[in-house]
Amino acid sequence: MEWGGILEGALQQGLGPAAIVYCLAAIGLNVHFGYTGLLNFGQAGFMAVAGYALASIVATWGLSFWLGLVVGLALSVVLALLLGVPTLRLRADYLAIVTIAAAEIIRQTVGSVSLLEYFGGQDGLQQFVDTFAGLNPFTTPMGLGPVSWRPYDFFLLCVGWTVVALCCLIVYLLMRSPWGRVLKGIREDEDAVRSLGKNVYAYKMQSLIIGGLFGALAGFMTALQHAAINPSFFATDTTFFAYTVLLLGGAARVLGPVVGAITFWFLINVLDLFFDQATVGPNPLISASIMTHQQASLMRLIFLGLALMLLMIFRPQGIFGDRRELAIDGR
Amino acid sequence: MRRRMASVVAFLWTTLLLCCLADSASATTHSPRPPLNEAALNGDSISIKGKLVDTRDSPPTPVEGVQITVLDESGKVVGEDVSDAKGTFAIRLPGATIDVLGQTFTTRIDVETLPEGTVLRNPNQVELTKEIQTDQDQFVTFPIGPNPNPPVSTGTQALQLLVGGIVFSLLLAMASLGLSMIFGTTGLTNFAHGELITFGALAAYGIDTLPGDIEIGGRNVTLAAAVLAALLLSALFGWLQDRGLWRPLRDRGTGLIAMMIVSIGLSIFLRNLYQYLAGADNHNYSQYATPEPWSIGPILITPKEIVVAIIAALVLVGVSIALQRTRLGKATRAVADNPALAASSGINVDRVISVVWIGGAALAGLSGVLLGVTQGFDYQVGFKILLLVFAAVVLGGLGTIWGAMLGAFILGTFIEISTLVVPAELKFVGALAVLIVVMLFRPQGLLGRAERVG
Repeated sequence: MEWGGILEGALQQGLGPAAIVYCLAAIGLNVHFGYTGLLNFGQAGFMAVAGYALASIVATWGLSFWLGLVVGLALSVVLALLLGVPTLRLRADYLAIVTIAAAEIIRQTVGSVSLLEYFGGQDGLQQFVDTFAGLNPFTTPMGLGPVSWRPYDFFLLCVGWTVVALCCLIVYLLMRSPWGRVLKGIREDEDAVRSLGKNVYAYKMQSLIIGGLFGALAGFMTALQHAAINPSFFATDTTFFAYTVLLLGGAARVLGPVVGAITFWFLINVLDLFFDQATVGPNPLISASIMTHQQASLMRLIFLGLALMLLMIFRPQGIFGDRRELAIDGR
Repeated sequence: MRRRMASVVAFLWTTLLLCCLADSASATTHSPRPPLNEAALNGDSISIKGKLVDTRDSPPTPVEGVQITVLDESGKVVGEDVSDAKGTFAIRLPGATIDVLGQTFTTRIDVETLPEGTVLRNPNQVELTKEIQTDQDQFVTFPIGPNPNPPVSTGTQALQLLVGGIVFSLLLAMASLGLSMIFGTTGLTNFAHGELITFGALAAYGIDTLPGDIEIGGRNVTLAAAVLAALLLSALFGWLQDRGLWRPLRDRGTGLIAMMIVSIGLSIFLRNLYQYLAGADNHNYSQYATPEPWSIGPILITPKEIVVAIIAALVLVGVSIALQRTRLGKATRAVADNPALAASSGINVDRVISVVWIGGAALAGLSGVLLGVTQGFDYQVGFKILLLVFAAVVLGGLGTIWGAMLGAFILGTFIEISTLVVPAELKFVGALAVLIVVMLFRPQGLLGRAERVG
């Protein structure tokens, strides 16, 4: 068992592009769920719309990368409007079911054979990051302390964490504004806010759109991270993982998603690398009759499910959330 | 209210009919690319090879004299061959290996030259496009054999799909009833309900794969015994889940949204545990895996589907009568209606909830094992239909008992019949779209009470 290697690998993942994806998705969910109390379970849908818009604009239609970004953001706004109209007047559990269904509709549609020529079916699309990769100033692997990344990953990492920082700043400024206080008011008591003459529906819609835009950024990041896109990146579990990240860090806290994403990916990869090493080789630490190498890859998800349950039961406010400022106990 | 309900039903069916009328023609286009560089170097070359056999015969017989053409990316013919007495053909690609690597070639079969009485299995697939990625010869296949979709009238096809839809909707109804009962009495939106469904299928599989057969009077009843055992184990699983997890949470006063997220964690945990135990493969039970279908009039149906449908229908009717007539059933409905009032009129709410968890889990498990009997199963059979179960329950009205069954029935038949016009891979998409439309017009569902739900 090589603990140094495990910790280094986990740190590399914890700061790497995958953590940025979930961080951005969780920032969006923080606006939806943490601040407004909207239980959006369709964040993967926002990510898919944006990621596929970027990929197909470049790879299928041969247009500019930057246009792809603009279209992706615009489409995620459209999706927020489409989703918001039927659902925002509904109770939380209905909203959850409808948004999860909408995300699944999007995923199955872009992965279908009927649209193969546009979205590449289950294989998805590749060859759309050239413009972005062309901006990369790094040519040799770069590192921070003991860990290092490939030049492209390091570039992505710099851009990604800068975007995350900007997003956190935006959320911070929004939530200390009067507008943000109305959102928190809606989370605490919708009827009270309504009785003050605020248009609750409009505020919820604005919150859904803004959180969806953060989700779109997460979708771009997914596409750039893999330099490819396919429907399996946007499964229902993606949204669930983003919720785990948010709840781990602490909902309704500006830096909650950041802390959550880094901790989540670090712990997940510690588990993954540990069980990977424990089951490999001629004389593994865990005998193959108990756990094969293939089964080892499932351990991190088994632990994740368990962790989400325990977190929700024993510490719903996450690492540094405030229990009083939580939509979870109400309604 | 009744009129509005009728109008929603009418709306759904009109949408379906309109879809039937719409033409689903799709054109395929190929983007033009620069022509292939034909400067051939010395060296080996790559061939496109294949063997045409008629899979209707056993062993398959070769099909001779069929013209095969290979085209390059610009549509230019680069080679032709006719299948020989062994059914094989081989077309050498022009140029050396190095030239054709990375190029894309299209192999086309001339259907006109197929011998009398043979057809392609998939009549639309007369072309296969392959990118040459390795320096190996490329193998292509054109399956020849019975057309799986012989031209039948739309009416017959619709009837056939309706039968399949009814069988599926009975199974969906059992799963939905469990979810709706649990929601009705506890308010829990249980995202781990799919794992209750899978549990039934896996429990039966575990017993089915035990060594030895169970025989009664000379008949092999292993599967029947496995189904029965799975039902009991599922009921036990439901009871354990309630006592071990959900009741303590209720006693602590955990919020409904927190419980919903706990159920998501449980779903992820159980689903991966199932994969850990059963692997990622698709499984079938030891008996009745591939039965011969019976034809009743123009419709094909396998005996196991009939048995499954009868079992499901009997169980549903039994549960409905129990809910309607027995003391416990009435208490259940009272708790679903208003837990506080039920408690104050002397009903033991905790006991009712225990019974509901036992019954709901047993129904879900039975639907899982019967689903496994009809179409096989894997570790996420329940998770895959979870959204349909939710859609059925919401369509009928969250928490209502008759609504869950009605919703499952409408959705189950809608899904199957919609494949007349929608590609089969997108049939669930249609069902989920119905869910969103219902939300727009009748958020409390078909049989839900017209109260404010948000």
